[in-house]
Amino acid sequence: MDTTLTSDVSMKPPSDIMNDPLIEPMSSQTENKPASEPSDDFFDLTNNVSVVAAAATKSDDFVDILGSETGAQRGEVVKADVTVEATIDKSEVTAGITDPLSQQEAKQTSTAPVIDLSGDSQPVTSKIANPLVDLFSDAPPAAEAKKPSSANVDLFDDEEGSDIFAEPLQTKPAKQLQKSLFVTAGGPLQDSKPANIFSQAAASTPSVTSTVNSKSNGVHSEEEGDIFAEATVELSLDSPRNERKKEAIAKPSAPTPTSLPAAASLTKPQPPLEEEEEEEEEDKFDIFVSVKDPEKIGDGMNAYMAYKVSTQTTLPMFRNKTFTVRRRFSDFLGLYEKLSEKHGPNGFIVPPPPEKSLLGMTKVKVGKEDSSSTDFVERRRGALERYLQRVVNHPSLLQDPDVREFLEREELPRAVSTQALSGAGFLKMINKATDAVSKMTIKMNESDVWFEEKLQEVESADQQFRKLHALVESLVVHRKELSLNTASFAKSAAMLGSAEDNTALSRALSQLAEVEDKMEQLHQEQAANDTFTFAEMIADYIRLLGAVRGSFDHRMKAWQRWQDAQSMLQKKRETEAKLLWANKPDKLQLAKEEIAEWEAKVTQYERDFERVSATVRKEVIRFEREKTKNCKRQIIKYLECLLQSQQQLIKYWEAFLPEAKAIA
Amino acid sequence: QRKESLRSVSVDLNHDASLLIDIPDALCERDKVKFTVHTKTTLSSFQKPDFSVPRQHEDFIWLHDTLVETEDYAGLIIPPAPPKPDFDSPREKMHKLGEGEATMTKEEYTKMKQELEAEYLAVFKKTVQVHEIFLQRLSSHPVLSKDRNFQIFLEYDQDLSVRRKNAKEMFGGFFKNMVKSADEVLISGVKEVDDFFEQEKTFLLDYYSKIKDSTAKAEKMTRAHKNIADDYIHISATLNSLAADDMTANKKNLEKLSDLFEKFRKVEGRVASDQDLKLTELLRYYMRDIQAAKDLLYRRARALADYENSNKALDKARLKSKDIPQAEEHQRQCLQKFDKLSESGKKELTSFKGRRVVAFRKNFIEMAELEIKHAKNSVTLLQGCIELLKSN
Repeated sequence: MDTTLTSDVSMKPPSDIMNDPLIEPMSSQTENKPASEPSDDFFDLTNNVSVVAAAATKSDDFVDILGSETGAQRGEVVKADVTVEATIDKSEVTAGITDPLSQQEAKQTSTAPVIDLSGDSQPVTSKIANPLVDLFSDAPPAAEAKKPSSANVDLFDDEEGSDIFAEPLQTKPAKQLQKSLFVTAGGPLQDSKPANIFSQAAASTPSVTSTVNSKSNGVHSEEEGDIFAEATVELSLDSPRNERKKEAIAKPSAPTPTSLPAAASLTKPQPPLEEEEEEEEEDKFDIFVSVKDPEKIGDGMNAYMAYKVSTQTTLPMFRNKTFTVRRRFSDFLGLYEKLSEKHGPNGFIVPPPPEKSLLGMTKVKVGKEDSSSTDFVERRRGALERYLQRVVNHPSLLQDPDVREFLEREELPRAVSTQALSGAGFLKMINKATDAVSKMTIKMNESDVWFEEKLQEVESADQQFRKLHALVESLVVHRKELSLNTASFAKSAAMLGSAEDNTALSRALSQLAEVEDKMEQLHQEQAANDTFTFAEMIADYIRLLGAVRGSFDHRMKAWQRWQDAQSMLQKKRETEAKLLWANKPDKLQLAKEEIAEWEAKVTQYERDFERVSATVRKEVIRFEREKTKNCKRQIIKYLECLLQSQQQLIKYWEAFLPEAKAIA
Repeated sequence: QRKESLRSVSVDLNHDASLLIDIPDALCERDKVKFTVHTKTTLSSFQKPDFSVPRQHEDFIWLHDTLVETEDYAGLIIPPAPPKPDFDSPREKMHKLGEGEATMTKEEYTKMKQELEAEYLAVFKKTVQVHEIFLQRLSSHPVLSKDRNFQIFLEYDQDLSVRRKNAKEMFGGFFKNMVKSADEVLISGVKEVDDFFEQEKTFLLDYYSKIKDSTAKAEKMTRAHKNIADDYIHISATLNSLAADDMTANKKNLEKLSDLFEKFRKVEGRVASDQDLKLTELLRYYMRDIQAAKDLLYRRARALADYENSNKALDKARLKSKDIPQAEEHQRQCLQKFDKLSESGKKELTSFKGRRVVAFRKNFIEMAELEIKHAKNSVTLLQGCIELLKSN
């Protein structure tokens, strides 16, 4: 059903107008999907789409855009104009599409069970519908002032309570209004699924959405055009320029516009996931990942650790319910590299894996079976498990093909760039250094107090967490010391007992020695609890706070880009003024073109910045919510372990008491 | 109340109401501690029934040494002299704390300071206690309580003006110890005539080395507990400042955890100090007491050696038929001294054994009860905190 509709819609728009927005989502599908999405529905869809894409590729415009960057820029500006007209056309087309749409929706609500729907649509929506979603979320600021953007936020808050899917009825009243907007947007993207998303949003906050819609309806042609122009602008911006560069750096696994869809995907698919979490109480996700059986493979300095990564899931996007693969440590790092490269620039907080540790690993490699190396291995195993679980708990990251590949695929191409001393590693180091320098030189006059405050909060929390980590580590040291000292006292007390000539006292002393032996065990377990439950939680948060700061940095970079473009535009305008003054009409034309070009860029970059800002904000809020939940769970776990050991302690001493009393 | 539990810590004394001694007050001036020794008595040998005198640590040492040197008491276990007041450890810690002040929050620093002050006070109290116990053991001893020097120590209301030992005397003491241990080796070659003492000797030598080891280990263990209590202070403070900066719902979680650690450090601190009092102090005291018992054995062995030498001398005199009466007299005196020593030594060692067993029993029971009490306290704290977190 999807297929027919999709092709229908996609074929309709005149290709010369539509190809631009078309191309991007399509190329993303063609590159992403076949590898990761074997679902039937989807496969069909992809096939279809790729045909369209292929058709579109022939268009001159497309080549233009991809071929030369400046050309692309110019092309877009023009396109924006064209689209305004196109949308008017489209609104007529809308009527035609409305029917199949509503049919399709009806079908979906009736045939597919409510939850399935969400499960099914999610992977698809996030991928294909992204541009649309982006469009939607970006539209408000462009359309009319700040009100819609706050509506956007509202959308999220409200959704927590209401069940979107369970009430398909609610979608109806809003639908009519949306359709015009939707179809224009959906048309170019040729996908039926966006309808779902849209009605989701509408269902949750019908009043808000409808106001947005009615507004856009009121100023129909212009607004739509605006929105549309945005879509074009964004797509062409993110893909041909950035992504192609990335491709040039030999990152074939990063499909061209993934970063954009991923960014957008947050706006919609997140609420349903959250909702599921809320419904199913904590600890219950649709997917569980465990990292087990660390095993040293090889000998000497070439040895490495391999882990069993088992996934248990009910999500339909996976072929099986349970599956296990073997991964080495560098694979985990490789996954992170890929994810952070793709999603980091868009403001996503990508959960970081545990750091490479030369010292710890060397110990393991040397093969000393002492407690510190088993400690190290266990720490790392736990950290890797929590890292993966965080990744799959993230609604957008879960959709990433690399994540699925990591979890499912039997053999993974070796991650090279994580080698500690490899050339790539060296390059990365230089990149980080330049990043740090630019970070220092960029002075952002923050317009949004929220970000300023959050950044401060994050930075002070980071500092405190580091201090706390050091303290807990010293607690662990002291606890181990206590355990050791208790053990040696126990031995000594046993010796004293053997030297004692009073039978009852001798007995009591050896009993005391036994109690102290058990105490030693308790202290040792407690030290492990301090390490694995408490210290590791803190270490996780130090890493995560680093990732949060990273997302702020990406936002700052987006801002910087926007500012640079603005000053460039200023320069171009000055040049124009000079030329005007000098009366050089021949050059004036070129200057004007340049101004137009830079104006477009400024607009793009500003929207980029706003999009990244919105994502960062959402991500930070999500991070904080997760942190609160996770911290609480972890603290309770820690305290329960403490409680157990105290209860055990009572038992031991209570057993000793009669022995002491029996001394005569 | 705390003092009461402290007092009974190491020794069980049969309280003789005719002579009651305590140290109600002490003053710490730099390295010197001035004790107020208070006596209540019905004995007619004292001029007044109730009196107090100021005494210093050195006076106690003087008293101990005169008792040890009194020939008549050679067959007695002379209660071990109280150790010199040692405030070095808390002082050093206080110094370190001052250096680290900049790295701590004000609250954290205050708590650490309080903790150190408490530690200082505990050391001070312990010092007073061991001095008190020394006097109480003398007063409850049937022979030693009637010692003239002891009575002077208690009654003379002026400064005893006991000289601090000068360097020569210190060296003399050291030399004496050397001679003694060399002697011990010599004497150990003397064939024991009495099975009881033979056994006691083996027992005490073995027991001493064991209890010395146990004392050191127990000290370390107690210190480790203390370190953990200190860690809790810092953790609590850091959690607290973390909570102060946190604007999210996590604030409450952190606050509760901080609170818990603050309460925990008190419990852990009590665990440490109670273990110190009930276990370490007991072992420490009996280590010194066993040394005193060993000293008794040494004196007896010395007397035995003297007696054997006098036998040899008598044999020689008889062989030479010269100075026989003097030799006989000397031999008789040596035997008498040795017999007397053996007799009272046997009594002392037997009573010492009983005293040790009673003291260990008492302290073990109290320690177990305190451990249980503290653990139960922790359990309540933990349960409360977990419930709060879960309900939140």
